Amino acid sequence: MKKVRIGGGLGFYGDSFLPALEMILNDKVSYVAFEDLAELTLAILQKDRQRDPSGGFTKDFIPMLKLILSEAKKRGIKLITNAGGLNPEGAAKAALNLAKKMGLHIKIGLVKGDDLLGDLSKLSSLSHMETGALITEDIIKKAVFANAYIGAKPIVEALKKDVDIVITGRVADASLFLAPIVYEFGWSFDDLDKIAAGTTAGHLLECSTQVTGGNHGEKWWEIDDIDNIGYPIAEVHEDGALFITKTKDSGGIVNFDTVREQLLYEVHNPARYLTPDVTLNMMGIKLQETAENVVQVTGIKGEPKPEKYKMLISYPDGFMGQSIIGYSWPDALRKAKTTEKIVRKIIEKMKLPVKDIRAEYLGYNSFHGPLADSTYVEELNEIYLRILGRTDDKYTAEQISRIMVPLALSGPPTASGLLGFQRVRSLLGLWPTLIERELVDKRIEVKIMEV
Amino acid sequence: MKLKKVAFARSSDKGDNVDISLFARDNDGYILIRKSVTTEKVAGHFAAFGISEVERYEVPNLLALKFVLRNALEGGATRCIRADNLGKTFSGALLRMEI
Repeated sequence: MKKVRIGGGLGFYGDSFLPALEMILNDKVSYVAFEDLAELTLAILQKDRQRDPSGGFTKDFIPMLKLILSEAKKRGIKLITNAGGLNPEGAAKAALNLAKKMGLHIKIGLVKGDDLLGDLSKLSSLSHMETGALITEDIIKKAVFANAYIGAKPIVEALKKDVDIVITGRVADASLFLAPIVYEFGWSFDDLDKIAAGTTAGHLLECSTQVTGGNHGEKWWEIDDIDNIGYPIAEVHEDGALFITKTKDSGGIVNFDTVREQLLYEVHNPARYLTPDVTLNMMGIKLQETAENVVQVTGIKGEPKPEKYKMLISYPDGFMGQSIIGYSWPDALRKAKTTEKIVRKIIEKMKLPVKDIRAEYLGYNSFHGPLADSTYVEELNEIYLRILGRTDDKYTAEQISRIMVPLALSGPPTASGLLGFQRVRSLLGLWPTLIERELVDKRIEVKIMEV
Repeated sequence: MKLKKVAFARSSDKGDNVDISLFARDNDGYILIRKSVTTEKVAGHFAAFGISEVERYEVPNLLALKFVLRNALEGGATRCIRADNLGKTFSGALLRMEI
C-alpha cells in the first residue's frame, strides 16, 4: 500500500525551525508543512505591512529557507507554508531571491486570493459569526486585514505543477497538510472520510510540539529530553490509515494523552469541527498506541464541508498602556496594593481619559484573577504590580506606561525591578464572519514562479 | 476534592471564546467528571470573568469533556489586555474547581 510521510515544521510564528532541518535530514518525509498563522499573528503581520508594504509575511521565513532549502531540494522534499501571511507574493519573491543567491533552481507555487480587504466595502451582510450583529461602515473603513480561510484545493493544484515550495496566505491550518496527502493518493474531495483523515493528520500536526509533549497537561515533568523535543510526523496510508509519530532520536513523547489533547485543541464542538474542506466528526475516533511514540488514529468520519468560508476581519480598537513594578517581603502585597491606590489617584488628578484601568498582581492573581488562592497572600516573598489601561488614543496609553516611575522613590518601600517604559500596544478588534464560497473562489489564483 | 486530582486540561483562544478540554485518566474518572463538572457549575466557576455563556460537549471516546466559554477574552487575543490574553491559563483555573 502506498504511504506518505508528512512533517509538521512549525507550530506558530516564532517557533524553532531547527527540528525542520532534522526532519528533512533524517526522517524520510516527502513533505514538510509549516503552519504560521494564529489570529494574533495576522495582527502582528498587519503592523509589519503598515510599516513597510513589502512586508506582511513572517520575518523568519527567509532565514528558515536559508537553513533548509538546499537539503530539501536535494532530497526532493516539498515545502508547504502559509508563512506568506498578508503578503504571499512578497514572500515568494523573497524566496526566489534567496534561491538565486544560493545558486538553486526552484519552482514556487503561489496561492493568492484569500485577501479581501480591498473589496470589503463591496461585500454585503458580513454579520458577526457569534453575535449575528451586522458589520458597520466604520469597521469596514477602519479594517486592516480581511482574509478568508481557504482550503486545500489550490495547494493540490500547485503540487500538480511539480513545484518545490507552495506559499500561501490564510489557508486554514489543517488544509496545508491535507493537500499533499490528497495529491499523493489522488483522493477525491467527495471521499469525505478520507478527506477527514487527512484533515485530522493536519490538525494534529499544525501546532508542532503540542502533540509531542509540549504544553502537555499530564505529568509534563516526566517527559524525557524536552530540550530536544521532536516535531510531529504523520504517516498516512492510501486507504486513510493514520499514524502519528515524531522525529527520530528526539525528546518528548507521543502517546494517547498527547494525541487526544491536541485532537481536541480549539475545536469547540468535536462532532462538527469545521474546516474549508470537510466537517470533521471526532465522536468515533479511537487512539491506539501501536509502538513507542506511535499512535494510530481510527474511526475518523467526514461530513460535507460548511456551505461558506470563514473570514476574519480586524480593525484598530484602541491602545493599551502598562507599567510594572515589584515589591519584596515583608508586606509585599500590601505595598503593591498601596501603589495601585496611588496610581489610580494620579490618573484621576491628571484627568487622563482612560476607559478601563486595571491592576494585576504578577505572582498572585494575574492569570487566575478572582479564582486565585489567597491563603498565603500575607507572606508572599515578592510581588509585581501591573497597572494597565485601555485607551482610545496612543498618547494617553503612553502616560499610563510611565506613570509608575516616580513611585520608585515616593511610594511604599522596597520598590524594585521597575520594568522600564513598557511599549504601548495597539489593540485590534476581531470580526469573524462567513462569506459565500464563490465570491472567494473566483479570486483564487495559483501562480507559478521560477528561478 | 479539587478537579486537578482526577483530570488534566488544556485551553486556548478562538476569537472571543476560550476553548477548554478536560481529560479524565480512566473510565471511572470520566463518569465522575461527566456527572460533576456540569455546564452550570463551570458557568458559576468563571462567573467573575464576564463570560456570557458556557457550552459543554461530552467526548466519551477520548474520556474528555469540552467547554466553550463565550465572550471570555474582551473581544479576542488582539484586544484583550489581561496578562493571559490567549486563555492558556483557563485550563488551570478550571482544575481549581471543587468537585
